[in-house]
Amino acid sequence: MSGVRVLVGTRKGAFILTSDGKREKWDVSGPQFAGWEIYHVKGSPADPNRLYASQTSGWFGQVIQRSNDGGKTWEAPGGGIKIVPGEMPSGESNKFVYDTSAEAGKPLTTHQWYDGTQHPWEFKRVWHFEPSLTDPDTVYAGVEDAALFRSSDGGHSWHELAGLRGHGTGPKWQPGAGGMCLHTILIDPSNQERMYIAISAAGAFRTDDGGTTWKPINRGLKSPYIPDPNAEVGHCVHHIAMHASRPDVLFMQKHWDVMRSDNAGDSWQEVSGNLPTDFGFAIDVHAHEPETIYVVPIKSDSEHFPIDGKLSVYRSRTGGNEWEALTKGLPQSNCYVNVLRDAMAVDSLDSCGVYFGTTGGQVYASANAGDTWAPIVRDLPAVLSVEVQTLP
Amino acid sequence: MIRVVLPAHLRTLARVDGEVTIEIEGPATQRSVLDALETCYPVLRGTIRDHVTRERRPFLRFFACAEDWSLEQPDAPLPEAVAKGKEPFMVIGAIAGG
Repeated sequence: MSGVRVLVGTRKGAFILTSDGKREKWDVSGPQFAGWEIYHVKGSPADPNRLYASQTSGWFGQVIQRSNDGGKTWEAPGGGIKIVPGEMPSGESNKFVYDTSAEAGKPLTTHQWYDGTQHPWEFKRVWHFEPSLTDPDTVYAGVEDAALFRSSDGGHSWHELAGLRGHGTGPKWQPGAGGMCLHTILIDPSNQERMYIAISAAGAFRTDDGGTTWKPINRGLKSPYIPDPNAEVGHCVHHIAMHASRPDVLFMQKHWDVMRSDNAGDSWQEVSGNLPTDFGFAIDVHAHEPETIYVVPIKSDSEHFPIDGKLSVYRSRTGGNEWEALTKGLPQSNCYVNVLRDAMAVDSLDSCGVYFGTTGGQVYASANAGDTWAPIVRDLPAVLSVEVQTLP
Repeated sequence: MIRVVLPAHLRTLARVDGEVTIEIEGPATQRSVLDALETCYPVLRGTIRDHVTRERRPFLRFFACAEDWSLEQPDAPLPEAVAKGKEPFMVIGAIAGG
């Protein structure tokens, strides 16, 4: 019987939740990397046992962890113990160095700071991994300060795809409240030369040549809280989701507004419809119904908790505009948690499972596409990310 | 032989218990000790010093013989007691956070 493996990154370690296809009984393992912030854990579509984890700390910086057995054991690629003094280390798997070469488009060293001044680009952490669809050793990393890196040796070494920062608008990017992070990476399964990324607060960008050149794809976004609401860049995109069968159709949860594009991001239209608030972070698409999408509306500005303390997922079966609240099994009083941008995922079992984690440490699952929910765990550290692997 | 005391999280990362001992050639300095440490334990590269600037990470400090060496020049000789292994070179994490 097939099963699922839920990969949970939290403020104090990683947890792996596993179940069979019924998704009724769960095994919880962890914490892995206890005490460290685990921003993201994601498996390779080409080899489900190959996982990548972003382990980060304000004290000790960034560490990349890799598993070849589905999370039972981990290693820092190339970071093994060497007992021969004088021999140079082979591993630099946590070395993320921005490319400031002329080939990258001239030395790009500053971006806009909160006060409008220019500020040096400084690496802080990896927010998101996106493994290649076909090669377990190739993986992309979205980092703060915003840039895209690629490893083609299993996370051992990393090289920036500098055309993104170098294409011209980089000096206008600025950090959001969570930092200037590249948090979304989507690979078009029908054409892997095409990728989409999103940055807070710069917006969405697309490459059609495997990451060499990039262009902003923010036409139609309106952000009244920035000086030019229709600017080419500067929008605080929170997350983007795509269904593999229709890679030209994108769904976006922006700072405010839920948006949709039917032309690979060339233009966007708002589909917030009857949502009680169109602020939020997470968005995802049903595994088998490309027009069924999920968001978690969040009260804002700055509150960032569910309206009236009632935690609700909203589902649209029409690709947006018409939304229904999904509340069965979710707390409907005194709930003041948030659901962060990378903390929602779906499985691909026949009855699509939907999962999300909260800053209160709950991970909720629905084995019936959102109709009913139940917590898998209730008391983890604050959840930063949730990914799901559907296992054969 | 140089003795090095690491914070708990770095001991876990390097998969060591207790103090680490390393051998160096030439004078014992912050730089030579940390270079040797990172050579023996590549996973520690970037966790104590920045990869590029080689500067100490802001939330870490270096102590030797009960004195703060964090702001000393990286090539300044460490105390003889550290060079001879009588006292450890200590990497200390700031007491901060929750």
